[in-house]
Amino acid sequence: MVGIFFGIVLVKSEAVSWYRIYEMFRFQSIHMYGIIGTAIASGILFLQLSKKAHLKNLEGVDLFVPKKEEGFIRTLVGGSIFGLGWALIGACPGPMYILLGTGVFSMLIVIAAAVLGTFLYGILKDKLPH
Amino acid sequence: MEFILNPWPWFISGPLIALVMALLLYFGKTFGMSTNLRTFCAIGGAGKFSNFFRFNWKDQSWNLTVVIGAVIGGFIATQYLSNDSKTDLNPITIEELKTMGFSNSGANLVPNEMYNWEAVSTTKGLLLLIIGGFLVGFGTRYAGGCTSGHAITGLSSLQKPSLLAVIGFFIGGLIMANVILPLIFNS
Repeated sequence: MVGIFFGIVLVKSEAVSWYRIYEMFRFQSIHMYGIIGTAIASGILFLQLSKKAHLKNLEGVDLFVPKKEEGFIRTLVGGSIFGLGWALIGACPGPMYILLGTGVFSMLIVIAAAVLGTFLYGILKDKLPH
Repeated sequence: MEFILNPWPWFISGPLIALVMALLLYFGKTFGMSTNLRTFCAIGGAGKFSNFFRFNWKDQSWNLTVVIGAVIGGFIATQYLSNDSKTDLNPITIEELKTMGFSNSGANLVPNEMYNWEAVSTTKGLLLLIIGGFLVGFGTRYAGGCTSGHAITGLSSLQKPSLLAVIGFFIGGLIMANVILPLIFNS
């Protein structure tokens, strides 16, 4: 159900639009910055309030967000590689599936290539600087 | 109804995306779409090649249902919750894309010039999708997350690695959109 909601929101917000991503990286519209900015602002507000209120999750423990792995190189270099792909195909790993649902079946090629990319990372992981 | 059928303004959409994250945290999960790519590898037997894929993927099956939901959500949104309004792009963007060979910008969610079967059946078109997908899949795992995991969840929880990753997303994205895309589509 959360997935369906996610899919609907991202289509209606046009965040799955290739053009919106291009426009963002050309600094020609506030649209995507508005979406990401308000999402993060609401997210910060929610997490701070839930921490204060000791909001419990469904399993009865305080809400918590797993810590991201540290690493200067991995985040900057990995992030840049991701950014190159994101601006080229106009979709990140969520929108890929959503766009498939909207009828862009050639997205299956992109998804298959992304799985292959992840696979190659898994193979090379121990040889890469992190 | 008109309000729902038209594209939603960003100040509505952003908080709703945060709500997706909040719901998943409430269910004891986390918002991270790219993890599914790793799960697909594990299901496909990639554990034989790297211990990175040796984990019990059934623990991630909830995330696969999010994927299935996302596909269904995309279908519902376009079939039942949309009218034929175009994406309201900046006229400068449309003009710019025209010179790069993209016609009718904003009429669809993705450009036909890249995603229709005619484009995909050319070597260049096919390579673009494969390279793009590959970069996303490789980069996201290297960085440890994507837009949902780093930009939304990571920055909402004020984590430093996520800030670095998002800076990386923009370095790569700016280079692609401003330097490489014009080179690819100048013919």
